[in-house]
Amino acid sequence: MKQMHDSFLVQTMSLLLIPLAQLFALYVLFFGQYGPGGGFVAGVIWAISMILTFLVFGLRSPQGRMVAKVLHGDGVGLIIFVGVGGLCLIGGGEFLNYADLEIPGLDAPARRYMGILLAQIGVAADVAVTGISIVISLAYHDTEQEYHV
Amino acid sequence: MTFLVNIALLLLLILTAASATFLVKELISSVFILGSYSFFLAVVWAWLGAVDVAFVEAVIGAGLATVLFLVTLFDTAPKDTRIRRPPPPLAGVIGLPLLGVLLLVVANDLPPFGDPSSPPHMHISPVYLQQSYADTLTPNVVTSVLMDYRAFDTLIETVVIFTSGIACALLLKEASS
Repeated sequence: MKQMHDSFLVQTMSLLLIPLAQLFALYVLFFGQYGPGGGFVAGVIWAISMILTFLVFGLRSPQGRMVAKVLHGDGVGLIIFVGVGGLCLIGGGEFLNYADLEIPGLDAPARRYMGILLAQIGVAADVAVTGISIVISLAYHDTEQEYHV
Repeated sequence: MTFLVNIALLLLLILTAASATFLVKELISSVFILGSYSFFLAVVWAWLGAVDVAFVEAVIGAGLATVLFLVTLFDTAPKDTRIRRPPPPLAGVIGLPLLGVLLLVVANDLPPFGDPSSPPHMHISPVYLQQSYADTLTPNVVTSVLMDYRAFDTLIETVVIFTSGIACALLLKEASS
């Protein structure tokens, strides 16, 4: 966990499976309006793939540093979600009423679709960053804040 | 017949996993068995038709919660991860089975599964099912309820998750310094 896992099998399989998990997270995120899933589940799957990355390769490796950089995005998801509501207000409607989403050139179903999709992306980003941050602060709380890059 | 076999098999798996969680000696085995218990529970939700709940249960219960427990156990001293169990009190040994029997007796009064005239199906579900597409133009009813009708709820939930992450980071930073 603190350094790279020494098993060749674990490293190779992680390189193979982590992108698959992230692809599945994206699928769940964008397919949430037609089937089961949505922002919350997609965020958790994305977080798990990131956590697996630094559990296998360690936080000092290039991949681990990339994960640690994600922590700077804490709160971005919330801003996206509230921003969608604000765009609806600018469009002259109620807060989070996607019918008045102020994006030019969209008809009513596309407005609804974009509004829900952006809000789901916000939820997913918030959940993912929170999950990664909790695991990192649990795993590295006794070291000298080495995960700050 | 298949229905009964399904129920019996799932019940067996869930009961085994749940009791094994409490009976094993090492905390780390307990964590893994708890993850498998969540997974069996997810199968039950999917089988009942609640696919979204099953999805969340599988991902959170079997995935993220297991990782959180494991990472916590890595920092725990080995002598603390072995569980010493005092014998259970007499009131629990007698009272809990009685409570279970009471719950089974009361369960007879519940409406039959899938009954369209049961109270939860009469109140507001028909409104969502019939009008959600005309209102929100979103094919998935669950998504339209979560993200459109009740977008405020979801927003506040997101704020709660954000706050929990911040609080966790602050508390653990305080403990280490």
